Amino acid sequence: MYKAKVNITLRKSILDPKGKAANHALQNLGLTAVDDVRIGKFIEIDIDAESEEKAHEVAEASCKQLLANEVMEDYSITIEEYSPELK
Amino acid sequence: MSKKIGVIIFPGSNCDHDAYHAMKSVMGAETEFLWHKESDLSGIDLLLIPGGFSYGDYLRSGAIARFSPIMNAVVDFAKKGGPVMGICNGFQILLEAGLLPGAMLHNEKLRFICKDVHVRVERSDSIFTSRLSKGDVLRLPVSHGEGNYFIDDAGLDSLKQNDQVLFRYTDAEGKITEDSNINGSVDSIAGIVNRQGNVLGMMPHPERAMEKTLGSEDGKVLFESLFSELQIA
Repeated sequence: MYKAKVNITLRKSILDPKGKAANHALQNLGLTAVDDVRIGKFIEIDIDAESEEKAHEVAEASCKQLLANEVMEDYSITIEEYSPELK
Repeated sequence: MSKKIGVIIFPGSNCDHDAYHAMKSVMGAETEFLWHKESDLSGIDLLLIPGGFSYGDYLRSGAIARFSPIMNAVVDFAKKGGPVMGICNGFQILLEAGLLPGAMLHNEKLRFICKDVHVRVERSDSIFTSRLSKGDVLRLPVSHGEGNYFIDDAGLDSLKQNDQVLFRYTDAEGKITEDSNINGSVDSIAGIVNRQGNVLGMMPHPERAMEKTLGSEDGKVLFESLFSELQIA
């Protein structure tokens, strides 16, 4: 089994109002070293595939067809091996 | 044979009865509900995809509804030139389904907006606005958290070139001001049609502005346009 970890964020060119609001709040907390905040989604997918490559293909297809909307979002995928019994 | 209007219901739709009432009681048209698991649209002459929160807006608004069984039939219906009107969540579903270009972001100021707004009619040669004139201003309610229409520059150019923008948010005089663009939409866009002109998506709710007793009947003229173009009732 493999675990795909998917990060989805708004495309860089798009204003992220949630990130901006969080950034303002962090500034108000005195964390002025914070320069920018982007808020996105983190999705874990357990995939039963024979190889890491195949697992990546499944994750990629999942992102393209449903999980991300490429009109406004970018995504990145990392694949890890994982054993369900060690959960 | 009289023409028939279909109102699609997804799990989480909540303007389905508003739409049904607007069509059946106010417009007096033969209207039926279509559950999202249906796949047969035969006999339907106009499809309404109502507002709401299909599938709880999980993932993105409209993202999951777009894979409901009925959507294949909706895509076929639209590709054959059948008139489709997506309102609010219906608009979001049409975007996710690729029947209209672009996507919806959260409102720029993050607030859910529920109030009457003004939109300017940008074309009077569409089936949805044939009883209106370019520049007319309608007062219609909006009720959405994700209505900030986004399309990239190339997409916007293409929308403009093909005259696909049907409504823009304006003030009561039809002017675009800093405040009139309520949700931060690209180019103040409130509603667009596909290139063929038979699919409309709009964030404001014309079906909730059908009777004076409910505040405004400005929405009615859209359906009067459609009904006369499609020779319904």
